[in-house]
Amino acid sequence: MGESDGVRRTTPAVIGLRSLVRSTTIGAAGLAAALSVTLAACAARGGVGPEAAPQARDEASPQGAIEAPAHEHAHGTGHQHDPAHAQHHSPAGHHGATHDLPATAGPGYTVADVQFMQHMIGHHDQAIVMARMARTHGASPEVRRLAEKIEISQLDEIELMERWLTERGQAVPTEEQRKAMVMPGMLTPEQLAQLDAARGREFDRLFLEFMIQHHRGALAMVEALFADPAAAQDPDLFRFATDVDADQRDEIYVMQGMLALLATTGGSEN
Amino acid sequence: MNGHATRGRPGLARAAAVALAIAVSAAPLTAQHKAQPARDTVATLDDARVGLGPGQKNSAGIALWNMRLVSYTPKPAEFDHQQGLAFVNSDLAFRGNLVYQGNFSGFMIWDVSDPTRPQLLSSVLCPTDQGDPSIYGNLLFISAESRRSRKDCGTQGVEDGQDRMLGVRIFDVSDPRNPRLIKNVQTCRGSHTHTIVPHPKDDRVIYIYVGGTAPVRDPSEMAECSTGTPEENPNTADYRIDIIRVPLDAPEQAEVVGYARIFEGLPPAPGRAGREFDEAAASRFGRGPRGCHDLTAYPAYNLVAGSCGTFGILLDASDPEKPVRLDAKSDINFSLWHTAIFSNDARRVVFTDEWGGGTAPRCRVGDPVRLGGNTILTIGGDRKMTQHGYVKMIAAQTETENCVSHNGGLIPVPGRDIMVQGWYQGGVNVIDFTDPENPIEIAYFDRGPVDAERLVIGGSWAAYWYNGYIYSSELDRGLDILELVPNEHLSKNEIEAAKLVRMEEYNPQTQPKIVWPPAFPVVRAYLDQIVRKGALPEARTTAIARAIDDAEAVTGAARRQRLERLASELERDARRSSDPERVRAMAAAARELAAASH
Repeated sequence: MGESDGVRRTTPAVIGLRSLVRSTTIGAAGLAAALSVTLAACAARGGVGPEAAPQARDEASPQGAIEAPAHEHAHGTGHQHDPAHAQHHSPAGHHGATHDLPATAGPGYTVADVQFMQHMIGHHDQAIVMARMARTHGASPEVRRLAEKIEISQLDEIELMERWLTERGQAVPTEEQRKAMVMPGMLTPEQLAQLDAARGREFDRLFLEFMIQHHRGALAMVEALFADPAAAQDPDLFRFATDVDADQRDEIYVMQGMLALLATTGGSEN
Repeated sequence: MNGHATRGRPGLARAAAVALAIAVSAAPLTAQHKAQPARDTVATLDDARVGLGPGQKNSAGIALWNMRLVSYTPKPAEFDHQQGLAFVNSDLAFRGNLVYQGNFSGFMIWDVSDPTRPQLLSSVLCPTDQGDPSIYGNLLFISAESRRSRKDCGTQGVEDGQDRMLGVRIFDVSDPRNPRLIKNVQTCRGSHTHTIVPHPKDDRVIYIYVGGTAPVRDPSEMAECSTGTPEENPNTADYRIDIIRVPLDAPEQAEVVGYARIFEGLPPAPGRAGREFDEAAASRFGRGPRGCHDLTAYPAYNLVAGSCGTFGILLDASDPEKPVRLDAKSDINFSLWHTAIFSNDARRVVFTDEWGGGTAPRCRVGDPVRLGGNTILTIGGDRKMTQHGYVKMIAAQTETENCVSHNGGLIPVPGRDIMVQGWYQGGVNVIDFTDPENPIEIAYFDRGPVDAERLVIGGSWAAYWYNGYIYSSELDRGLDILELVPNEHLSKNEIEAAKLVRMEEYNPQTQPKIVWPPAFPVVRAYLDQIVRKGALPEARTTAIARAIDDAEAVTGAARRQRLERLASELERDARRSSDPERVRAMAAAARELAAASH
């Protein structure tokens, strides 16, 4: 773990891309189930958890509930679907570790609040994997700088979320559990492999497109949380969710600008 | 918990990071007191603020440079809880001998007639998150953004959206021992911050610009609140700032009278690192900011500086109901444009970046200096902005100290642009930004972490100069009052001149124009600056000092004559000075003092 670039690292081990690809096998149904837990928890403020086993797989369409607020979409990824809307292909009915995590309501917070934190840890975890690639994949200085900022920011935010959960006696997802999470906007194993295979200018382009997609998923998660009137009353969680929304929205704008420049400044390699 | 806070910075990596920091600080030893070098990664370990012992209240280790701690006052019991952000102190406002201190769960009013012993007049429990206060006469305005914030100030949280209060609360504080809630002005996105903008002609009316980036609330709580882009939905509560009008004779009739879509046509963001962005290329994608974190009004110049997402925005607010955007600057290094402070002549504006939202440790070894600090912009005659240097509090802080640039205001030293600000657990520092390319730190105050084992949110939310003292609102610990001590960077005369400026009321978001009274310390402050800069030969400055003493030794017409003669000499001196503007400013100060001598 050379630190010569001055970039701070805090996760205990370099995250193995291969194991991540292997373990990310939760399907759209699993995601729908995970989300329906979140949505079902709406009324649970002050109540007791954990929630009953989710079964609303077919009725609660995650797309409707979590549609990413931004209307631009990542283009040219070669994928017909927009993963910000979380349509991953995998075996139906496979439940990921996500909703095996116990979550209970407590003074000033709901089950939905707890699950938001648990799920966002998994979401952030993947952003860090992506950001670290920028060091080794021939990224431009601008993309490297942006990736560095994202890495530091999201590592700190993971610590914040872990702290929030721990202080409330709630389950913190293990490394394995976070690897197994599939949340809105997260890259499919294929996309992650595609990014890992890219170098230089192509890496920059894919990184920006995929990170925009990833960030839009985070915005969708915040939007789903705020759609629940009982949720996000805890001051720390409210501040955090609002900051995620503001920061990632701004970073999306920054990345869109960078993509636009990338498209206009030649492009012979592409 | 502990395991998480310090998780995984492996010993090897830590050692490497320390080595890096040493290598970095091996740049000139005086780097800390000189211009910050243009390097991306800054955190010096060669500083008295490094390694301070932890402690609750006032028990932590303290480092002070060029200032002293006059008093420390803990929070009253009802706010004295360490529950994340729920009970942290927030911003300050000032009127007469009173300090109004916000808290995420309410506010306090302190009598600071004796700054060594502030007296609590009242504390009001009323959750708002974040409770930023402004005072105007007998009206205290408090920002409410939290989803737990209730119309009735209850602490039980909100179950029925009809009970929710997001916006600006108005209290009558004519009896500071008994504040009365007289109005809740509801807004669609609540109020994270707010800014008083006086009516340009009608002194019975003020406006309040509402800052905040929270999402639009549910229309079931407030029918007129809807979301979307202005193209899709012309009435969207996003992409605008709300404007409240307060009739001072009937403040209970305060209401939102409109909004300003000050972001229209803005490109989404900077296209590359650094100071410029390609507007044409960038504008093909997306939209700009949805709101401003906060806005700083400078009514004397009809200017407002908005810190709005990826932009620092300059507005002309000659008509406060219809502010017009003059310019906008973006910088890929800035995560979240947070707050602005104008120089007194409105030719510079400092913008801060609250990277990480204030709850993260962002002053560690390895954290880049261009993220989470300040940048200085100049405002040209065309009222366009140009970006210059960066400055950040550079003493390395620990993993358990939340630290990033936060709120501050000017210190009224004539002839220089000096500000004081809070950096959360990075403490308080004083920065001279007279040279916008090379801002320098000239004083500081810092405590060790609240807790060395886990991150307990604390530190200075804001530090402001008010009538001779620096007041710092400590999120966790309470209220600190500091005083500047004469030093090589700031003379006794300069501090005395600053202390001559008296304000009756001070809301840092509404900057007052500073005017110095005719006085000897003002004249001498300029002389001290001329000496420090070597702007005139030593023989000449010695003679000038003697001439000032001679003038002070006499009264009436004799004093007037001596000062007028000195002023005339200084005007001639200016021509051969390396800093003619400063020598002329001194001449003007001498002439003003002459006119006041009778």
